[in-house]
Amino acid sequence: MENSVWVAALAAAIIAGTPILYAAVGEILAERAGVLNLGVEGMMLVGAVTGFMVAVHTANPWLGFVTAMLASGASAAIFAFLTVTLRSNQVVTGLALTLFGTGLSGFLGKPYVGVALPVSFKAVPIPGLSEIPILGPVLFRHDPLVYITYVLIPLIWYYLYRTRPGLNVRAVGENPGAADALGVNVFALRYLHVILGGMLAGAGGAYLSLAYAPSWLENMTAGRGWIAVALVIFAVWDPLRALLGAYLFGGVDSLAYTLQAATTISIPSFFLKMLPYILTIIVLVIATRQTLVKHIGAPGALAIPYDREER
Amino acid sequence: MTWITWEKRLQPSPWMAVVIPILSVILALGLGAIFLAATGFDPWKVYQSMLKGVTGSRYGISETVVKAIPLMLTGLGVSVAFRMLLWNIGAEGQFYMGAFGATWVALTFPHLPPHIMLPAMFIVGCLLGGLWAVVAAIPRAKWGVNEVITTLMLNYVAILWVDYLVYGPWKDPQGFNFPLTAPFAQAATLATIPGTRVHLGLVFALIAGVLLTIILWRTRWGYEIRVIGESVKAARYAGMNIQRNIILVMFLSGALAGLAGMSEVSGVTHRLQHAISPGYGYTAIIIAWLAKLHPATVILVSFLFAGLIVGGYSVQTMGVPAATVSMLQGAILFFVLGGEILTRYRLHFRGKEVAE
Repeated sequence: MENSVWVAALAAAIIAGTPILYAAVGEILAERAGVLNLGVEGMMLVGAVTGFMVAVHTANPWLGFVTAMLASGASAAIFAFLTVTLRSNQVVTGLALTLFGTGLSGFLGKPYVGVALPVSFKAVPIPGLSEIPILGPVLFRHDPLVYITYVLIPLIWYYLYRTRPGLNVRAVGENPGAADALGVNVFALRYLHVILGGMLAGAGGAYLSLAYAPSWLENMTAGRGWIAVALVIFAVWDPLRALLGAYLFGGVDSLAYTLQAATTISIPSFFLKMLPYILTIIVLVIATRQTLVKHIGAPGALAIPYDREER
Repeated sequence: MTWITWEKRLQPSPWMAVVIPILSVILALGLGAIFLAATGFDPWKVYQSMLKGVTGSRYGISETVVKAIPLMLTGLGVSVAFRMLLWNIGAEGQFYMGAFGATWVALTFPHLPPHIMLPAMFIVGCLLGGLWAVVAAIPRAKWGVNEVITTLMLNYVAILWVDYLVYGPWKDPQGFNFPLTAPFAQAATLATIPGTRVHLGLVFALIAGVLLTIILWRTRWGYEIRVIGESVKAARYAGMNIQRNIILVMFLSGALAGLAGMSEVSGVTHRLQHAISPGYGYTAIIIAWLAKLHPATVILVSFLFAGLIVGGYSVQTMGVPAATVSMLQGAILFFVLGGEILTRYRLHFRGKEVAE
């Protein structure tokens, strides 16, 4: 019995961590190219609402998922235009994107509050693997969107660290002037990775509205986009470390429910709900101090607009 | 892009600094109109009744001033932090903590006379708002921990804390199960202009604006804030204490937001309640940027955004979602940010055949 409670908690951690994981890895792509996009929360909300709307009308969650990625990618493209081409302040533009995305999703989603989703993403146990004791129920009895991350995250890691284009991206993030001199198209790479990052944020948002909650509620991301941004620092811009971090946060996120269900001590739910936010602050402080000590930090040109004339 | 070339201006254009915000508001309203039309509303009618809701009655005008008060105070707070490139996104949480502090005084010492009660609420409100910001300022000053995320996370914590109180230990037994505290004693309420809900907080905000202007341009501390904001390297070279200034400026920033929370509970609601701010702290960010971080302009722009909020309320009866207002606010900020390049650069349009 004891065992199964822990297995259930770990499985819940993976599910709760998946939306954060999608968004965090998306943000890693953008930041590796030297662009700090603080609009993750807004892009997730745009993804969550468009994914939900499309899935309600087509009864096809996959179509919803893809549309969500396109919609959030489009909002990331606006951000890229403002910050890369027009060289606006990345911090404030990201905040603007979050505010706009929050408003837009609330506006579009208003008629969908309380609407039931005809078909949501359901758990599909993987034959064979799901029968492995402990590991099976923890890792292999989830919905397809979780399995996608198992493949996608190592691929993105491989791309960034083991391929030529990945090297170029990291060069653009470290020193765009030098990369430009070597013939790397700084602007194109920044656009591409900001948009890819936005698409992944949209995937994270859609995970919430199509698999995790299946429903639409105003501001349903509840700060997960910001937690994802914090996670990037914790992960030192490494997708594999983001994987672990996301599950840690997922664990704390679902802890509130686990604790309430499993214990007799009544902790007011408000305090349990505070846990992920407080943990984010603590983890961020520890991670920042560590990177300070080990002299590994953010990409050198993070948040600095690239101006060819000032090279 | 070869057919557009940018030419750097030697001096930022003061003309553009005025034109761009105005144009941005117009363009954002245009974008909003497209969304409204696409979702089956008549944008012209919506905007017309928004305007009528704001300026059509004495009540509308006084409500706009009432909403402008917390926006001015949080906007001033955010702008002073932004000046030092301290991204305090936590005005929302600092507002809640200020409201909490003031409420604590009002509920714990209900029999204080007004001349002690109100100053005590004022001080505790500012103090808690300021300290809530310092929670993020200390790790930022010591280890460079990203304050955008910490201040934002603290917003969620503060809101949940107030929710815990108004749903739990502080809940008014006579409140018909609504999430709010008992009403304050008369001594804990701010004076209002007779016949309106406009309260003494307006004076706080105006004085804060004047004081901030004096601090920024007439004191050594203000000089340091401005230099650090321009170049940390130069400031360090000049021997300025950057860590101390980070903590002090964040405290000041949070204290102003806390004061906004205090004046809201003491001037408007006369009790603490769930969702006491409709996002003043976030709107403050837009106001600060639109106002170019200048106190006097913050005061002016606050009225515009207060009008937007009041107008937004007034069209909800037409079925227009409340989120329309935040969408418009975000769009305004987008256009301002995009337009800013025109203050720094001159655009030249050329035929495609002209090479770079």
